[in-house]
Amino acid sequence: MTTFTDPYASSQETTEGRVYSVTGGDWDALVTEIGATKEERVVLNMGPQHPSTHGVLRLILELEGETITETRCGIGYLHTGIEKNTEFRNWTQGVTFVTRMDYLSPIFNETAYCLGVEKLLGITNDVPERATVIRVMMMEFNRISSHMVALGTGALELGALSPMIFAFREREKVLDIFEMLSGLRMNMAYVRPGGVAQDLPQGALQKIRETVKDLRINFKDNEKLLVGNSIWIKRTQGVGYLDLAGCTTLGITGPVLRSTGLAWDLRKAQPYCGYEDYEFEIPTTDTCDVYGRFLIRMKELEQSLRIIEQCVSKLEKLEGQPVMVADKKIAWPSRLSVGADGMGNSLNHIREIMGESMEALIHHFKLVTEGFRVPAGQVYTAIESPRGELGVNLVSDGGTRPYRVHFRDPSFNNLQSTPAMCEGGLISDVVAAVASIDPVMGGVDR
Amino acid sequence: MSKSGMFGSQGSGDTSGFGGLVKTQTVIGSTERPYGGYFDQVADDLERAYPLFSDAIEKVVVDRGELTLFIKPSRLLEVAKILRDQLKFEMCVGVNGVHYPEEVNRQLHAIYSLLSITRNQRIRLEVCVSETDPHIPSLVEIWAGTNWHERETYDMFGIIFDNHPGLTRILMPDDWSGFPQRKDYPLDGIEIEYKGATVPAPSQRRSYS
Repeated sequence: MTTFTDPYASSQETTEGRVYSVTGGDWDALVTEIGATKEERVVLNMGPQHPSTHGVLRLILELEGETITETRCGIGYLHTGIEKNTEFRNWTQGVTFVTRMDYLSPIFNETAYCLGVEKLLGITNDVPERATVIRVMMMEFNRISSHMVALGTGALELGALSPMIFAFREREKVLDIFEMLSGLRMNMAYVRPGGVAQDLPQGALQKIRETVKDLRINFKDNEKLLVGNSIWIKRTQGVGYLDLAGCTTLGITGPVLRSTGLAWDLRKAQPYCGYEDYEFEIPTTDTCDVYGRFLIRMKELEQSLRIIEQCVSKLEKLEGQPVMVADKKIAWPSRLSVGADGMGNSLNHIREIMGESMEALIHHFKLVTEGFRVPAGQVYTAIESPRGELGVNLVSDGGTRPYRVHFRDPSFNNLQSTPAMCEGGLISDVVAAVASIDPVMGGVDR
Repeated sequence: MSKSGMFGSQGSGDTSGFGGLVKTQTVIGSTERPYGGYFDQVADDLERAYPLFSDAIEKVVVDRGELTLFIKPSRLLEVAKILRDQLKFEMCVGVNGVHYPEEVNRQLHAIYSLLSITRNQRIRLEVCVSETDPHIPSLVEIWAGTNWHERETYDMFGIIFDNHPGLTRILMPDDWSGFPQRKDYPLDGIEIEYKGATVPAPSQRRSYS
């Protein structure tokens, strides 16, 4: 028997058998010790701190040799009670919470939530067109930045370092756009009930046009690194198989569903935010495997760029139009402007509420502290996030705060397919399968 | 239903006056036909395929362009099977709970969002149970994807889904007590035992002011 000297890599006897803690130290010693036991069946605990589990996902794998006989997911390590918290803040403040759920697609969380609030308020058709086009443009940029992480980390987990560097370089450019438009690179709280927080800054469209051109060239390079790479193909083709029947019963949506050949995308099937007015295609494959899912993501990048270009030309025509609903009972009263100290309320607005109009001050105070009332009722709104159907259940009791906010996060649902994709396969394929689901634990655990 | 106060503040500290407000909440009643849109078609199809329709459905609500069927817990499994097999609602995209403490014997609601890819339609099922007997049949055998959603709803609301293959907590720790999304559960949590000591919830801690 080998004795472990590493205090973090010890073994102990339990009622379920011998338990080894491994942190990457002396593998030979471990192999020798396990090899000496008669037990064929090994239960391997992978995560919640593991570089290949996309954050704090815990996988419990039952192995016979290197073959997986059973897989279970342990989640909840990132549960932060966002849904409960929103019940104690007003409807507008909810945006700031929900943007932090699936942190790789904040704009989608915000938009889904705001579409729900607007549906409850009955102002869906009153949202200015310019705001809607900006939302679509932001969502498509966000789809790109999210897919870049999926591709980059997916490749990294399978041992390809260069695509990760390339993907994160491109993602950086998208985050720069977010920063220019909203002031923040992540968790922007930019989409608000009734519109968006502020209009585009000067020169934004020119910068966006240049970035789109830039991204289009670099996506092609990135694609070449993976699509024809024989190691990539061997690691991904025929791995993580899940067919259409499996997807429907498990409620799987997004690229995983589209890799079965079904062109189901809510942007086409049940359009929202005016997606019916844009020209784009829904890429599909019929391989049902990891390779197909990554291929779909790569092709979706190009479609997102197409949509962004159409948004830019629409925005040029809508120059000077409002970006917030006209109803003063809902639109945030402040007028944002860039001051010497960065962003803030415009001096004109401060002058009005502090020196000129008592009513304006009261209105500002009421709307900012108390918030607006939302008629009682219940809605479900769903949008196509980079990972699939992002649904929002909202319940209002007629007050200024949500009665219940529930997010049907696609990562949460899709992660259920891990056992179906992995069992019977090899342990190295688990990493590929999980990467192809592209779960974001912030969204899974909320 | 009535609700008092604006910010939920009790006792002192509230100088705004909102704390004195009492407002009435409206429970949305049953909708009469025609429901409009594709909802009549769905209701007709279900009535034809399921003879016990009028017995199983407590009420039908059409609000904001969405159809909700309130179903008796005992009939849920049959209705779900027909909705999947005959009406082609292939997917149950999620389960959501809502806690209405004022509704007598119907405090806990489980809400199922169904999606039909074939019909390109959505409907919603709502099942109401009491806090004292919160049992709803599990739909995992109909839609396997409801597995985690039901576990989450159990975890957060304490609704017990009978015949679920493994109804355990999913987001909260396994040994957690209480159901965090219920309205009577405090926002700042409950006292936590850690290494033999008890850490009180933030609102219960010593005040230095």
